[in-house]
Amino acid sequence: VVEGLALLDLGVSPYSGAIFHETPLIIYLFHFLIEYAELVFMITDVLTAVALYLAIQDFNKVVFKKQKLLIELDKYAPDVAELIQTPMEMHYIPLKVAVFYLLNPYTVMSCVAKSTCAINNSVIAFFILATIKGSAFLSAVFLALATYQSLYPLTLFAPALLYLLQRQFIPIKLKSKSFWLYTMQYASLYLCSLVVIICLSFFLLNSWDFIPSVYGFILSVPDLTPNIGLFWYFFAEMFEHFSLFFVCVFQINVFFYTIPLAIKLKEHPVFFMFVQLAIISIFKSYPTVGDVALYMAFLPVWSHLYRFLRNIFILSCVLIFCSFLFPVLWHLWIYAGSANSNFYYAITLTFNIGQILLVSDYFYAFLRREYYLTHGLHLTRQDGTEAMLVLK
Amino acid sequence: RERRDTLREELLLSPLPTGDVAATFQFRTRWDADLQRGAVSHYRLFPKALGRLVAALGVRELHLALTQGFWRTRYWGQPPLQAPAGAELWVWFQPTVTDVDKAWKELSNILSGIFCASLNFIDSTNTVIPTASFKPLGLANGTDHHLLRYAVLPREVVCTENLTPWKKLLPCGSKAGLAVLLKAERLFHSSYHSQAVHIRPVCRDASCLAVSWELRQTLTVVFDFFSSGQGKKDWSLFKMFSRTLTDTCPLASQSKVYVDISPKNKEKELLEVSPPPTSVHEAIVQGDKKTYAVYDLQSPSLFNTSRSLNVQLKWKRPQDSSEMPIPTLHAQRYVGGYGLQTGEICTLIYNTHPYRAFPVILLETVPWYLRLYVHTLTIITKGKENKPSYIHYQPAQDRRRPHLLEMLIQLPANSVTKITIEFERALLKWTEYPPDPNHGFYVGSSVLSALVPSVTAMKDMDVEQSPLFTSLFPSSDGSSYFVRLYTEPLLVNLPTPDFSMPYNVICLTCTVVAVCYGSFYNLLTRTFHVEEPSRGGLAKRLANVIRKFRGVPPL
Repeated sequence: VVEGLALLDLGVSPYSGAIFHETPLIIYLFHFLIEYAELVFMITDVLTAVALYLAIQDFNKVVFKKQKLLIELDKYAPDVAELIQTPMEMHYIPLKVAVFYLLNPYTVMSCVAKSTCAINNSVIAFFILATIKGSAFLSAVFLALATYQSLYPLTLFAPALLYLLQRQFIPIKLKSKSFWLYTMQYASLYLCSLVVIICLSFFLLNSWDFIPSVYGFILSVPDLTPNIGLFWYFFAEMFEHFSLFFVCVFQINVFFYTIPLAIKLKEHPVFFMFVQLAIISIFKSYPTVGDVALYMAFLPVWSHLYRFLRNIFILSCVLIFCSFLFPVLWHLWIYAGSANSNFYYAITLTFNIGQILLVSDYFYAFLRREYYLTHGLHLTRQDGTEAMLVLK
Repeated sequence: RERRDTLREELLLSPLPTGDVAATFQFRTRWDADLQRGAVSHYRLFPKALGRLVAALGVRELHLALTQGFWRTRYWGQPPLQAPAGAELWVWFQPTVTDVDKAWKELSNILSGIFCASLNFIDSTNTVIPTASFKPLGLANGTDHHLLRYAVLPREVVCTENLTPWKKLLPCGSKAGLAVLLKAERLFHSSYHSQAVHIRPVCRDASCLAVSWELRQTLTVVFDFFSSGQGKKDWSLFKMFSRTLTDTCPLASQSKVYVDISPKNKEKELLEVSPPPTSVHEAIVQGDKKTYAVYDLQSPSLFNTSRSLNVQLKWKRPQDSSEMPIPTLHAQRYVGGYGLQTGEICTLIYNTHPYRAFPVILLETVPWYLRLYVHTLTIITKGKENKPSYIHYQPAQDRRRPHLLEMLIQLPANSVTKITIEFERALLKWTEYPPDPNHGFYVGSSVLSALVPSVTAMKDMDVEQSPLFTSLFPSSDGSSYFVRLYTEPLLVNLPTPDFSMPYNVICLTCTVVAVCYGSFYNLLTRTFHVEEPSRGGLAKRLANVIRKFRGVPPL
């Protein structure tokens, strides 16, 4: 960003080079705030934590209400009393979420590095707050801002829509007119705000240069600087012939889990949002630890799933070890010269596998708890012995 | 028929302060014809290859230099004409050329063929359009800098293969005149070897009503005191070139050898030349009064006594090496920092003039994979920040064009200016690395153009009468002379991926994506079921049989 501002001062478009890839609104924001950069990033992180706190507080109320409704409707099996969430255990969850975010070493590192990821996180956190509070307009505006910053939050449109539909008690049936009406309303709010923001950016710098520099850059991945993701090395070692094919495949990979997840998790949009956020952080073209910090902040919300998690110990060990090994092997490759790029690449592989397995473990635990809630905790087989649950 | 083209050839021998000797050959063909208009079919002295090139591609000025080695300005003094290490090509096109980039590409390919050099590697990733440096050296009306292209290939190696076609362009070839001295085995056994071709339009006469085309072929070679001179400061043509001059080129109108016998330190001559020169010429070159011993190869008295001319230079008194004169302007450049992530390019420019300050234009071309951060550009002179009065920065685009930084910096008298800019090293795709990736990547020399104030006022002189080495650069007024200096090329290492691993990397990364896809697919398409007890397959029954034998409870 400092480079972009310097180029602007020199009278050269910041997008004429290949270094600056932030949106024009960020340039103008920092034009005024560049001297207070550290303060700005600290305040952004605090705002994110506050937004998450308020959002989860509201979400807990919604969960509790829904649980009560389902108990009264007798949808739960009789012996699942210990699986039901009580207000007492849910009381400290918002605080835990805020603290998880603020004290996460990844968040601290992002703040110290003054990465603009903190601003992205803050916008997404406000979007989540607006969605959970039920305000469609604000939710659309924040989602448009988040999409404008980095393309991937587009996939959060689906969980937000599902949540808002649920809140309005509109059933999600493809034939229902009110469903389509509401969807069209929300989509048009979102698209209009996106168009307004993009046109505003055009008028700020008087050129459309920013579109290839920001979105073309995110989609075509030209810069192969090593990061914690999987794809820098992949494209560094790719045969030229296939590079377009693999770029398309890997971009589709981010967007393609949305529809299946929407179908499976239509009753649980907030969990859907969590899984979607995690998928974005793992598979986006230029991931940073700030993105990881955002979805990890949600883990206390699902702390009631703890008993169903299968590999949590190993996964947390993997993630912690990888986080420690990242800087060590980076230093060995780049500065000491005694390791080569494969060492660092191996750690990115393990870190990403750890993240993927963490998310899928939580997903498994969530689905398993849902099954127990509706079918009872103590399952017996036909001959009366203790039953095992398998996925078939 | 009246001859419309003339050839002048000249050799300048200048002993350098460190005991080395520099020999500069210049072959100038002036052709009073208009290559642009009218089909010219009869080429006499002007080489047809270059003439057709100029006519067909609409070239106004062409300067190509192939250099091996580096001219050490600090120790050898200001060069008459310096070129950066590797290959350098800069061309001004005529305003009638519509697609300059296409013409440039064609031109570099054709030149690559003519000179057997890999100039075809010149493409948009190493071509820049300077705005302030490289103003035309010949006649020009209007200077739209979009007609200028500049490219340098620092990695280019110069060898005999490049010398041969260069010699072929000379009217006498290497058979008569000064060109007989150009033998490859001695020329490449030197510290600095630079051969260049300059084509430009010049005024036909003083009234400048008509345009003539001038082709200059220059070759500068510096023989090293220790390796070629065997530790002795006495030089001779035979010692340098292992040949002597036998006759003059019959096609040349003038053929001279100049030896720089200027006294240093205002004392009596230290250098003695033999055989005695035909005349002595005094001129003010690069701001200093210099004396030259002239051997006119066309004068009949020269070859009277012996068939060959072997100019010998002997030192009358041993030269005191502590009185080495320091040139007014010289520069150094190096890479700072450690590790393969970031670095810093530092340029030091020295102005040793005791009381005059002058501006210098610095042109830096940095390849795109060293990402420059212009906000880290600092210029410090004498401990204080020095703001450039003109700065033109064009950032690089990945894989399309390099960085271009041009600045006009005022150098105060007797000062050192340090210019630093930080960069980040990019990781390239594995196919973009050269065959020896750990050798590093070359960054071309930066160019310093300046009008250096001269100690002695220079008089305006007639181009036709003065020696060739004084008329290469146009001089606007007598108080300063134009100098173009180049800094060292840099060698920078980039982080490398492992080149043996493309399949492994693709497989491993796709495995990770498949792990994600697989787990999500399972969780999304399957539902929980209570497991039905099964009797077990054959393997289980066999295992139970073995367990019964062992006395262990069955599965």
